[in-house]
Amino acid sequence: MQTIVILLASVLAASPPIIFAVMGETINEKAGVINLSLDGSILLTAMVAFVAALKTNSIPAGFLAGMAVGAGVALLIAFASLTLHQPQVATGFVLTLLCRDLAYVLGNAYAHLPGPQVPHTAIPGLENIPVLGPILFNQDPIVYLSILAVLAVWVYMFKTQPGLKLQGLGERPAAAYVRGVNVTLMRYVYTGIGGAMVGFGGAAFSLLVKPGWARPYGIEGTGWIALAIVIFGGWRPIRAAMGAYFFVLLQTVANTLQSVLPNVPTQLFPTLPFPLMILTLVLVTIGNAEWMSRMLAGMPAWLRVAVLRTVKTLQTSPPAALGTIFEKE
Amino acid sequence: MTTPSLPSSSSEGLRNSLLRLSGIITAFLLTAIVLVIIGASPLDAANLIAQGAFSSPEKIAFVLTAWVPVMLCAAGLLLTFSAGMWNIGIEGQIVLGAIFATGVMRILQNSAPPAVVLVLAALAGLLGGALWGVLAGVLKLYGNVNEIFGGLGMNFIASSLTVYLVLGPWKRPGIGSTSGTAPFPPKLWLPAFNGFQVSPVEPALAVIAILAVFLALRGTYFGLRLKAIGKNLRSAYLAGVPTDRYLLLAFALCGGLAGLAGWVLVCGASARHNLFPLISSGYGFLAILVVLLANLSAVWSVPISFFFAAIAMGSLQLSLQRQLDSSLGGVIQDLLVLSILVTQGLQARLAKKKG
Amino acid sequence: MKVELQKICKSFGSLKANDNVSLCVEAGTIHGLLGENGAGKSTLMKVLTGFITADSGQILLDNVAVQVTSPVEAIQRGVGMLYQDPLDFPALTVLDNFVLGCPGGVRLDRAAARRALQTLAAQFDFTLDPDAAVSALSIGERQQLEIVRLLWLGARALVLDEPTTAISAQQKAKLFGALRKLAEQGKTVIFVSHKLEEVEELCHEVTVLARGRVTGQAHGPYSAEQLVRMMFGQVVTLRKRTPVPLGEPVLQLDDLTISDWRLEVKGLNLTIRAGEVIGLAGLEGSGQRLLLQAASGLRHPTSGKVSICGKDLTGQPYINFLNAGVSFMPAGRLEEGLIAGMTITEHVALAQRSREFVVNWQQAERSAAQRIKDYNIKGRPSSYVEELSGGNQQRTLLGLLSSQLNLLLMEHPTRGLDLESSESIWGLLLERTRHGTAIMFASADLDELLDRSDRILVFFSGRVAAAVEAPSTSAEQLGELIGGRGV
Repeated sequence: MQTIVILLASVLAASPPIIFAVMGETINEKAGVINLSLDGSILLTAMVAFVAALKTNSIPAGFLAGMAVGAGVALLIAFASLTLHQPQVATGFVLTLLCRDLAYVLGNAYAHLPGPQVPHTAIPGLENIPVLGPILFNQDPIVYLSILAVLAVWVYMFKTQPGLKLQGLGERPAAAYVRGVNVTLMRYVYTGIGGAMVGFGGAAFSLLVKPGWARPYGIEGTGWIALAIVIFGGWRPIRAAMGAYFFVLLQTVANTLQSVLPNVPTQLFPTLPFPLMILTLVLVTIGNAEWMSRMLAGMPAWLRVAVLRTVKTLQTSPPAALGTIFEKE
Repeated sequence: MTTPSLPSSSSEGLRNSLLRLSGIITAFLLTAIVLVIIGASPLDAANLIAQGAFSSPEKIAFVLTAWVPVMLCAAGLLLTFSAGMWNIGIEGQIVLGAIFATGVMRILQNSAPPAVVLVLAALAGLLGGALWGVLAGVLKLYGNVNEIFGGLGMNFIASSLTVYLVLGPWKRPGIGSTSGTAPFPPKLWLPAFNGFQVSPVEPALAVIAILAVFLALRGTYFGLRLKAIGKNLRSAYLAGVPTDRYLLLAFALCGGLAGLAGWVLVCGASARHNLFPLISSGYGFLAILVVLLANLSAVWSVPISFFFAAIAMGSLQLSLQRQLDSSLGGVIQDLLVLSILVTQGLQARLAKKKG
Repeated sequence: MKVELQKICKSFGSLKANDNVSLCVEAGTIHGLLGENGAGKSTLMKVLTGFITADSGQILLDNVAVQVTSPVEAIQRGVGMLYQDPLDFPALTVLDNFVLGCPGGVRLDRAAARRALQTLAAQFDFTLDPDAAVSALSIGERQQLEIVRLLWLGARALVLDEPTTAISAQQKAKLFGALRKLAEQGKTVIFVSHKLEEVEELCHEVTVLARGRVTGQAHGPYSAEQLVRMMFGQVVTLRKRTPVPLGEPVLQLDDLTISDWRLEVKGLNLTIRAGEVIGLAGLEGSGQRLLLQAASGLRHPTSGKVSICGKDLTGQPYINFLNAGVSFMPAGRLEEGLIAGMTITEHVALAQRSREFVVNWQQAERSAAQRIKDYNIKGRPSSYVEELSGGNQQRTLLGLLSSQLNLLLMEHPTRGLDLESSESIWGLLLERTRHGTAIMFASADLDELLDRSDRILVFFSGRVAAAVEAPSTSAEQLGELIGGRGV
């Protein structure tokens, strides 16, 4: 039991960067813009946040710097797509490489330097509750923020008028326009917000979960996984958060599996969660496949209903207008 | 991909060329700014890179060595891009080619004449890459997984596989290390040419590949059907194009070329002659950049891939001779492609305003 | 609310979509806006509802000149538009669609919205389930949702753009009832259509547009001849078909069952002979599409037999059907038929389905030029198909068909085309029947079905409800069968 508590606590402790990245990306994809530069962005914002915090000796400054850079990169993609009509995948792909390369070049002088870290802050009193206490209330402030972020996004999207408009925006921009949404402006705004959250997540790496900077930093590939998690989460905040926690769980467990399987090379373990995560995507999107509907048509009714029900709960489909451009005429 | 439209007047053509030129200059300017920020001299860096690429026959040989895999991959990518696919999995396809080639060479190295071993290894590399490509295609067609994420997943698996082989069944006698498997003896290297550290086989393969792809896309029904698929899958299907088959074929051919690049990376005259993690060295993604910058033109992809290879090799000097990260080369390449995307967009917008 | 448009001019490049158009609609009336496709009706309404801005002219609401620069502003002033494909959010629920965009700040009061939705819907005898996903609704129901939503937002004038294109007879009756009620309440209704009978039935007054200008106005009772003359300039008489001798059976369906997720068509038996023209009538989604897909090999039947020219092709891949001389022309010309970004020459080369390796571009270009001539396509071999007009795209699709065709299957062959294009296309099609091609087509246009078919199969809820001989059936009878009456 104790090991499970420790495990869950460490999952939560390591989760903020991915949670913020996933929440941010969910927001801008909900608005219809895909930020494929996530992997590079996280690296760049992590580096920038660390350097900023180091130079100003202020952790909030580090986070702000991360957010600014994250928003900047995302807005660049929005600009290329919304104003210049270039495909988002192309711009995103180039930017992911550019951000990574910039992170290495600009951060070279700061590798392996010790720097400020977010201090641990348990919530007094609550931390002593059995089981839940150590897991939920004996963490860093950023962890608490990350949980709040998930809830905030959920409330915004489903309980407010502007949040409802956000859902409509990525779904059918023409209909949103007719209801008074300034489509292009709101896409820019949400992309900026999403990018800022991604930047916050990057900062949470270098100032908390994996303090400092190095080349390679060690989190390469996480951004791609975050993109996959957004799909896995069906562009809904709670489910995406579950996906994020699941991935962090896999990473944490992979490290401890080492002791159970000593014959397998050490270097292999950190890489394992990645293919596993990607493969779960197959489960999630397979329901949309054409051959599936053919297969289902041939099944007896009761079997078809059972399969459909399981597939439907797993299934996700993107906002219909994701990646498209809205023209009035 | 956006279809480039022809300028309607010579003044518009001139404006477009000026735009493109200013985009390229901006890219270089931005790189210079990056250098200034970290306290280095742009001119010094440029000089170092140029020296690193061209200052001696050995260096030029290295550039050619880097050019070959990039060109092979770019040729393959032209096929998948034609069919409307983003073959992000190309890195994994290079790796699988290298793995298969290494495997064949390990088995046959002492039981067949070197030339035969090398040819068989090349075929194995082709097969390995093609297989990996087809798998990504299958994931897309039957698992409905977007080819970007399918490709990424396959890249990760290929990477894990390499680590496993290098530290497990194929590890060096003694202590396994991530520097790779035991290197192959010189008889299994592609022969250098007159002291020039590149085998003529390598560039020959690259040239043949890009030429073949160029001709295929322009003048064959295969190329026409790929183009149809890329522009409108449903209409192509209704017109009688066997879309599934052609998509898988495009992935297989691109994967095969990438696998061949993997073979070159193991057996080339200046290669390390063994299998090691990250052997694909980012050449696959670099090829994507090349194709983007060339705007899917086979003709332009040749000089651009050469230029990018030169930058890649040249920038290695940066970390050796100065305290600069060699990723600076990557910064230049990325900024160039970004600038083209931006200028393309500006071109289109200005054209629309007039028309 | 009185709605008036004065001297509206709007051009798109060199095309004058609206040329000095004036329109005056009194409060409490239903005003019809009649005209063929491309006459300028949609443009005019988009100006009125703020979607686009006119180059010159005025809009007056209750005799006060106003500027309407966006759809939101239009609805604030009380003018709402119901688009042909309602601009709603299929992925969201009915209630969320209803409440999205309602002014009132950040808070979402779903409870109040729910009550308003139910009250308004009851007023017009609409049944709307607030928690259903809009994607599951029919077009008629989506229209009903939009109407109540616009009313809730305070619309006093409602513009409906071709609302009856894809709704059932019952829904149409409900819609017309609702519109009449709105007029009684003092609201203004503008009914845009190209269907004479409906305008005659519903509207107090009619304005006719042709080629961007007002060609006439009338009030009920109407003379169809007069209206047609205002629309076209002269009375168009549709030629009657000369019967074609029928040949061997080209398509035979034996006890066929086809299904997709939503619908299952069971026990179809059908024989079509060379030279015959079969029309498929019925509301969207009643089974016609499934039949066409089964006959073309795009969808495999769950049971039964499909034979083409005597050969059993059941369950075989689509390519085999193509090779057996079956061709399928989809409704979406650019979405499923043609390939945007490719030229006519490239399409011709692609359509050849050659087993060769190398493409002979000169020969393809010559062939393209020939087809352009034969099919009267306004374009060049090097024209990109997306630059052609709808009618020319349809001609191109016809021109791409192979010369030896046994069975031609079409979905909505003349949808969105004007009368002239429809005529010439059917001329080309009938030419084919004289060479032995059999045609089976689905259409929502009763006149087209009655005039062009030998036999008509009426679909209703997944069954062939009736099979009638076209020459001896009237439009009323056909309409009733489609609506499910007498079944």
